[in-house]
Amino acid sequence: MTLDELTTGQAAKVEQVRGEGVFRRRLLELGLVPGTEVMKVGQAPLGDPLRIRVRDAVLSIRRADARRVEVG
Amino acid sequence: MSAPARRVVFVGNPNTGKSTLFNAVTGASAHVSNVSGTTVSRSRGAWRGADAIECVDVPGTYSLAAHSADERVAFDAALGADEPVGVLLVVLDAPRLARSLYLALQVLELGTPVVCALNLIDEARQRGRVPDAGELSELLGVPVVAVSGRTGEGLDALRSAVEAQLSSPSPSRPPYELSEALASDAERAAEALPGHWLDGASRQRRRALGLWALLCDEDVEALADLPIDHRILASVRDTAATHGRDLMAEVVGTRYAWIDGHAAGLPGPASSAADHATQDRVDAVLMHPLWGSLVFAAVMFVVFQTLFSWSGPLVDGIDGLFGWLGEVVAGGFAQAESSLSGGMASAVGFLGDLVVEGLIGGVGSVLVFVPQIGLLFLFIALLEDSGYLARAAHLMDRILRLAGLPGQAFVPLLSGYACAVPAIMATRTLPRHRDRLLTMLVIPLTSCSARLPVYTLLVAALFPAAVPGLPVSAQALALFVMYALATVVSVLAAIVLGRTALRGAASPALLELPPYRWPHPPNVWRSVKNALEAFVTEAGQVILVATVVLWGLLSFPQYEPEELLPADVVAEARASGADLEVLAQGEALRRSYAGMLGQAMEPAIAPLGYDWKIGIGLLGSFAAREVFVATMGLVYGIGDEVDEQSAPLHERMRAETHADGRPVYTPLTGASLMVFFAFAMQCLSTLAVLRRETHTWRWPAFATAYMMALAWLSAFVVYQGGRLLGFG
Repeated sequence: MTLDELTTGQAAKVEQVRGEGVFRRRLLELGLVPGTEVMKVGQAPLGDPLRIRVRDAVLSIRRADARRVEVG
Repeated sequence: MSAPARRVVFVGNPNTGKSTLFNAVTGASAHVSNVSGTTVSRSRGAWRGADAIECVDVPGTYSLAAHSADERVAFDAALGADEPVGVLLVVLDAPRLARSLYLALQVLELGTPVVCALNLIDEARQRGRVPDAGELSELLGVPVVAVSGRTGEGLDALRSAVEAQLSSPSPSRPPYELSEALASDAERAAEALPGHWLDGASRQRRRALGLWALLCDEDVEALADLPIDHRILASVRDTAATHGRDLMAEVVGTRYAWIDGHAAGLPGPASSAADHATQDRVDAVLMHPLWGSLVFAAVMFVVFQTLFSWSGPLVDGIDGLFGWLGEVVAGGFAQAESSLSGGMASAVGFLGDLVVEGLIGGVGSVLVFVPQIGLLFLFIALLEDSGYLARAAHLMDRILRLAGLPGQAFVPLLSGYACAVPAIMATRTLPRHRDRLLTMLVIPLTSCSARLPVYTLLVAALFPAAVPGLPVSAQALALFVMYALATVVSVLAAIVLGRTALRGAASPALLELPPYRWPHPPNVWRSVKNALEAFVTEAGQVILVATVVLWGLLSFPQYEPEELLPADVVAEARASGADLEVLAQGEALRRSYAGMLGQAMEPAIAPLGYDWKIGIGLLGSFAAREVFVATMGLVYGIGDEVDEQSAPLHERMRAETHADGRPVYTPLTGASLMVFFAFAMQCLSTLAVLRRETHTWRWPAFATAYMMALAWLSAFVVYQGGRLLGFG
């Protein structure tokens, strides 16, 4: 499944970041490398962006971008 | 400036207290400047108590890969591209150590002497998990000093460590070896880079730069000026791909593999569940659909009210002070003038006008912005330091995305409804250059408070107070329509400009939501002070000069009183008890350069329903839009002591006719003028601050051109369309 499909409070491990170029590099460099645990901690009132905890930090990430991160 | 080798560059992730540490180390010597050709700022200062060490602070970044203007500045400084660097001071985040190591490892690869500052050590201690600086130093192979920029703890030890590295530099090296395949790819990739980067570089540095190149993207604007041979990079990547290797994942993965391998010994996610619980509990309220929205609305209401009305007494105070100063000085000049005669007297009279109207008025029109800028930056600093500003951006992201802008654009755009000048300065909180420019270009379209007196004047003078069958007054409705129109058009302008003039590569709106912290008063003060200094010294000069020029246009050529008014007018005025001086002032203005310009531009504005007298008002309103009211008061011989509620001015406007007897002011002319004021770039101060923030005249010129075109066309459509429909 993909990162945007997690329910609040659910954790999973990153399997792969799809996409290319700047987008993919940013996510990888923020620590979303394969095997890293991520958890959805919430979402903005309109359901987008999501709040994801990764490596001790909370990131705000848009749903469309989260869809490109495969987790399991 | 110190010798090149004694330069220390501070690098670190955002939200690690890097600037607080920089400020603590440099104290009052620090000053902020723009990096040439960019909107990115960089601070410099001397290390307090050290022997001529120059410190440079660059924007916080998660990586040295330079894919935005901010990151490019940080990368250039770390590389020593513009000026040699003696020591790279890497600021680590003690409570969240594991995550700040990625950038540190990238820096170690470069080989430049490094000192690590283990910052926020006090916060880490409160949380009961203090990383051991000695152990970390052994792992990384460079000096590590535990410090706190907030409390000043460890700063002496940090200075000693930096001084030791400067006097006997020891090159850094990463604590891991690259795989053989990756090392050879990196060496090939390095050949794609500018030759002088590699002159005299060690093998380690060549490889580090090669890894950096492998993370480069061809279409990145921030790197467009560098002669990088992307064909070489593509061939390295393609060759690797045929062996099933993904180089981007490999490069990043190598560093994270080391971090994960050593994370057990570092405070990390496993030991921080309690912290997360606290932060998550606060977020559960502040990000809640109902409570979070209410808190957000309340915070933004306070910010807006402060700018829009609570700053009023301060603004009036400054206005009053300069008005009083002007009167006192004018009195002095008048006395001097009366004691002299002939040419000397008129020379003194001219000088008096220049000093009072031009200089004192000009300085006043600069300083009048100080309360709003100071208050807005006070709020922004408090919100930013506390961690709420990022969350406000998170909350608003979905809505602003409709306009092609990130959530961070919300506070500046909201501020624009009070005044564009502080609002444009507030776009400094937007991390991406393109988003920042786009926000700056649409802010002047939001309905600032200076337009309100103009709307009120036109509505009160020309629109009926009540329309039968309408539940609200026509005047209230007209004002509502103007605010709604400004909002809709600024959104549309953002969409159009974002797809044309400022088309940028899409980058994901990834935003870190930092932990909640109490604002640090020195940070808040410094942010307010820097904003005010930049405005007064740089934008202020432009505003002052422009104000004097505008005053000259409105006041010259000068006439003797008897030249202005023919004898019959004087006699008539005496009989009716009219104020001769005011009549003469009005005539002088109509015959001034601005008056001549107004007449010259009449053909251009006649299709909008305006005559040349309105043209003078439009010119006068460049000083500030609300000056339109006083200028029209002067033009119509009522005097400049009028406000938008002045009944004599309203009556005079309604009585004004064209040469053929048609009334100048109909509700349709009023509507056309209001639309013109809504969209036209009629504010010297806005242009001056745009110039200050973008460091070029190109963007102020662009904003003027697109807004003037928009204003003229819209007013044309309103006026001519209205006439076709039988109004006016």
